[in-house]
Amino acid sequence: MNTSHDAGAAQPVQHNGTYMMPVESPMRTAQDAARLEGGDAKRGANPGRRMARVRRLRVVAAQIVLAVVLIGSWQLLTTWKVVDPFFFGQPSGIAKQLKDYFTQGDQATEFGSYWSQIFTTMREAVFGFLLGTAGGIVLGIGLGVSPFMAKVIGPYIKIFNAIPRIVLGSIFLVAFGLGPTPKILLAAVLVFFVVFFNAFQGVREVDRNVLNNARVLGASKLRIVKDVTLPSALTWIIASLHTAFGFAIVGAIVGEVLGAQSGLGLVIATAQNQFNPDGVFATMFVIAVITLCVEFILTRVERRLLSWRPPSQSEAAAI
Amino acid sequence: MATQPVTGVPGARIEISGVTKRFLTPSGEVFTAIKDVDFEVEPGQFCAVVGPTGCGKSTTLGLVSGLDKPSEGEVRVAGKKVDGISDGVSFMFQADALLPWKTVLGNVALGPSFRGVKKKEAEAQARDWLRRVGLAGFEDRHPHQLSGGMRKRVAMAAALINEPRILLMDEPFGALDVQTKAIMQTELIGLWEQLRPSVLFITHDLEEAVALADRVVVMTSSPGTIKAVFDIDLPRPRGAIQDIRFQPEFLELHRQIWESLREEVETAYARTAGVAA
Repeated sequence: MNTSHDAGAAQPVQHNGTYMMPVESPMRTAQDAARLEGGDAKRGANPGRRMARVRRLRVVAAQIVLAVVLIGSWQLLTTWKVVDPFFFGQPSGIAKQLKDYFTQGDQATEFGSYWSQIFTTMREAVFGFLLGTAGGIVLGIGLGVSPFMAKVIGPYIKIFNAIPRIVLGSIFLVAFGLGPTPKILLAAVLVFFVVFFNAFQGVREVDRNVLNNARVLGASKLRIVKDVTLPSALTWIIASLHTAFGFAIVGAIVGEVLGAQSGLGLVIATAQNQFNPDGVFATMFVIAVITLCVEFILTRVERRLLSWRPPSQSEAAAI
Repeated sequence: MATQPVTGVPGARIEISGVTKRFLTPSGEVFTAIKDVDFEVEPGQFCAVVGPTGCGKSTTLGLVSGLDKPSEGEVRVAGKKVDGISDGVSFMFQADALLPWKTVLGNVALGPSFRGVKKKEAEAQARDWLRRVGLAGFEDRHPHQLSGGMRKRVAMAAALINEPRILLMDEPFGALDVQTKAIMQTELIGLWEQLRPSVLFITHDLEEAVALADRVVVMTSSPGTIKAVFDIDLPRPRGAIQDIRFQPEFLELHRQIWESLREEVETAYARTAGVAA
């Protein structure tokens, strides 16, 4: 829950502008609010501010209750054998498994330390992500600026998109062996389509007036792409990156489940073969945490790159 | 660069002769936007084009700028046939054509920068132009932080920084409130009198056309042709735009042109109403 403080600090408040009041982040921690109240009695006494704080605390409380109820009932139902922990694991077992994974060093898995498995998977996912993103942006913008090529190649891309691409993993595995290459390729293929479609759409949404204006002012084709098309499509491209990284992880894991010498996918496959659901759930949990961390980083990057955007209406209204 | 007072680049003559522009609709039908359009804008003249909605006014501008090619006839700028983007032309649109991710300074500096002027030099020019449109001190703002009138000033500076021989304006003040519009019109005339580019100014607002222009061209409803050309012989400088509206000469010219325009507006309206019914 303490990420809320960081989210507050990252709000793009402009100090030089008169257009925007520095708005309190809707998710401030209770300590922050208390400190504010002590430091500035007048602000603390503001009834609107107090109401907003109460509303935030109510949401957080409800979220905690929800988590306790869900995890608690899972634990209780498996303890009472209403649900068989042999198939569905048990929260306490998962916690113990996580502890084992991170404390047993090189003995944690048959293929080395748990950290090295995380490293393997992350490396594959990141390389795949970069490769797929680069390909998606280049081709998306290339086709976006050339209507003729878009018409010619468009249907083929739709066909490729309709193919269940996970299956490509098997082909990559046969062609490139058990190393990281097939996982990187699978991740890249999954990422490519997400980024491609967004980049393509982003280019087509470029304002015609802005484009014509740049042309009349004497911009070359290259300058138009660099100064108008690319920045304009960036909003779309960045929005796609959140989903795209999730796909990169999926590609890497699936590739590893199909056949690998190390990685989190292999850990899952092994735990499954040993009838160890706690191992599967524990690794799932770790992957979710990694994805959330990357998501957080991407959000920061997005705020930085798109800082020129006007503050959205809904942000203010949410308070 | 750009020393005060500005000497100005002389405007270029615009000759539009026998121009017809047809478009192919996606369903394969031919749509004639303008037909046999003939008129001239003298060097340094301020020419306004009025006509009912959808009569091809914007199409005409596109042909002069070189963004589009005529299906028949030809457009000449300074005696040279337009083929591709014509040199020394600037455009101002009704909607903002500013880049939202660039600062005010960056937006104004685009013109010289696109033409290969070094960044520092381009920014120095842009600073000078921002001062001239009264926006000194706003260089680092982004467009969304400015009011509609201020954005128009930025657009004006961005259009004039290249010292165009021809300024094409497509209902530039159409979206502004009445007071801001009057201020912007006065400022435009002030800048035009310094630089004297030839201006082709499209508007729906007949009062605006008569108050600003030396020549008013009336177009017919679709397909657009030239119905009449009026020379406005009100003396210059005309002073504040708000004051000129009550002079008897102004009212007389306004009445004459409206007589000519009304018929076309009514035809165009009847057509859209007929489609709706």
